[in-house]
Amino acid sequence: MVFLIKVQLREDYSNLIFYLSPLVAVALTLFFGSFIFLILDLSPIESFKIFFISPISNSYGISELFVKATPLAIIALGLSYCFKNNIYNIGAEGQLTMGAIFGGGIGLLFNDSTSVFLLPSMILFGALGGAFWATIPAILKTKFNTNEILTSLMLTYVALFILDYFVVGPWKDPAGYGLPKSMPFPDAGRLPVLIDGLRVHIGVYFALIISLITYIIYNRTLFGFKLKVTGLSSKASQYAGFKYKNLIFYTFIISGACAGLAGLFEVSGPIGLLYRDISPNYGFTAIIVAFLGRLNPFGIILSSLLIALTYLGAEDAQLFLKIPSAVGFVFQGLVLFFLLGTDFLNKYKVFIK
Amino acid sequence: MLRKILTILSFLAVFSVSAAHADQKKIGFIYIGPPGDHGWTYMHDQGRIYMENALGDSISTTYIENVPENADAVRAIRKLAASGHDLIFTTSFNYMDQTLEVAKEFPDVKFEHATGFKRMDNVSTYSARFYEGRTIIGHIAGKMTKTNTIGYIVSFPIPEVIRGINAFYLAASKVNPDVKIKIIWNYSWYDPGKEADAANTLINQGADIIVQHTDSYAPCQAAEKAGVLAFGQASNQEAFCPNSHMTSIEDIWGPYYAAKAQAVVDGTWSSEDTWQGFKDGMVEMSPYNTKLLPLDLILEAKNMETAIENGTLHSFEGPIYNQAGELVVKEGEVADDGMLASMMFYVQGIDGEVPQ
Repeated sequence: MVFLIKVQLREDYSNLIFYLSPLVAVALTLFFGSFIFLILDLSPIESFKIFFISPISNSYGISELFVKATPLAIIALGLSYCFKNNIYNIGAEGQLTMGAIFGGGIGLLFNDSTSVFLLPSMILFGALGGAFWATIPAILKTKFNTNEILTSLMLTYVALFILDYFVVGPWKDPAGYGLPKSMPFPDAGRLPVLIDGLRVHIGVYFALIISLITYIIYNRTLFGFKLKVTGLSSKASQYAGFKYKNLIFYTFIISGACAGLAGLFEVSGPIGLLYRDISPNYGFTAIIVAFLGRLNPFGIILSSLLIALTYLGAEDAQLFLKIPSAVGFVFQGLVLFFLLGTDFLNKYKVFIK
Repeated sequence: MLRKILTILSFLAVFSVSAAHADQKKIGFIYIGPPGDHGWTYMHDQGRIYMENALGDSISTTYIENVPENADAVRAIRKLAASGHDLIFTTSFNYMDQTLEVAKEFPDVKFEHATGFKRMDNVSTYSARFYEGRTIIGHIAGKMTKTNTIGYIVSFPIPEVIRGINAFYLAASKVNPDVKIKIIWNYSWYDPGKEADAANTLINQGADIIVQHTDSYAPCQAAEKAGVLAFGQASNQEAFCPNSHMTSIEDIWGPYYAAKAQAVVDGTWSSEDTWQGFKDGMVEMSPYNTKLLPLDLILEAKNMETAIENGTLHSFEGPIYNQAGELVVKEGEVADDGMLASMMFYVQGIDGEVPQ
């Protein structure tokens, strides 16, 4: 017997369901997740409590949630410009790394500085570094029509090797016993924390401000309108006379700058120096965050908190439930899977013959 | 119905938590990787299991795995401290500053940091004299090589690794003055792809023995494929490459972990620096492969182990010269622990430079 699966574009495509689907995806994840816990002989209710509530049950936990969500939100907000424009910048991790190299480099070059301008210039150079790295796939795309998914992804590894070169070579801490680490940034180059004793830093404000600015750009400016039109139909956009190549450049530069900013915040915030493992794949996880947040500036803030929570929850689950760290990734995978599923079924009708 | 089951289950969970011993000491571990079935983290986890079996109900243990050596490490260590753990083992060098940061905030919690050198009143450090094992494999390699070329895959240019290269070379060149070692720096502790590439490159350059100071079994499998010999690292790798594996240098943490946990139970724990080798059983050699090694060589190796244990043999016996030809350890003396701990130079006879 042969089954034929036929897919047809829906005419009754629902905008409401588009915005509701993240909630549906989360609900389905919880439902199927509870079976995972049952298989592991754990009580689902108790397990979910440990996974999603225990990590944020005190001020330290809430601060850590923001520490983890801030880079995700900033990168995902930047990526939303590209994704809205149907440009798939997969290389945010590399742009983050370049931001950390540029901005962190300033902190290391002026490591005896006590100037109040040190941190702002590090932040500036962090954004410039990320933007610089993102212009490379933009140039390749506009000049040679190269696939930006491949180029931006591959440049991630190049950026990581460049960071390797610096921390193994010229920027290695002379007092560091030969380990590939830079010396710590001076105090003037450290990101101020919001509350003494907690690690939540002023990057949170940047995330909120970027989200607000993005909202205004998307809804109140010609640039936002161009992005929207191009995303919906590149032909309509060309017909309207919008310069697609310029849009590619702008969106790459914005998303690169955001990723670079996130990288600089990570090294000048909680880490305080440069070394190879600065990011636990924030640049890649932010892709999930952007789509889960529906490329909406406020949705992204919410989804960054949710994804950050899955990381913290995975730690508590190991601690109190004694289950492997992979469970956290399973939840991230389930959320994305159900989200793509609901999106697909919202967009298409499926017939089985 | 489902709801009823769920309610009962959640009650059971609460009950089992509250039923735990009130005076039981909680001991936590931070792992760089998953325990898996070989290598660095696996051996720490074996140590944890040994400790659990040795102390029984007086302790309970927890671990958090895959903790990156970045901003996440502070949170993971702090979670263990804040959730009532009495003793916390952080089992990778790069958790050093993060361990101290949390230790300052929790003065009543005891910390044990592996392979580090910064201590506090509530932070001990511990490491093993892995270099003693390097002396044994150096001796074997010097006798077994036919091309007089040995391939050596290493992670980072830190004293522990440099010390291992020197100990290996001193022992190898003692029995075979023509021996040369070719070194490839991988700048990673665990990267099977890179390690296999490095092994193949070294084999193509004429190496007939592969030595690793990295964590995967890719090098000895590459050696097995190419029909050359290899030594393993951290745990016994024989199962992964039975026809190339001569022996491995094993890290045995269990007795140390059990002793430190017992000290916490007894209230006698104090901050100290521990550096143990063959004598205390923190380093062991895996069973020598009788299919590959002649019996008299196995006997020699075992005799060397005993000699190192009772102090009649030392990995760094003078005279030892550095690459510039300067005498660094005099005839009749051995290198002291201070020199060993900060060793960042190659001994005479090794080609190339220590990466700076």
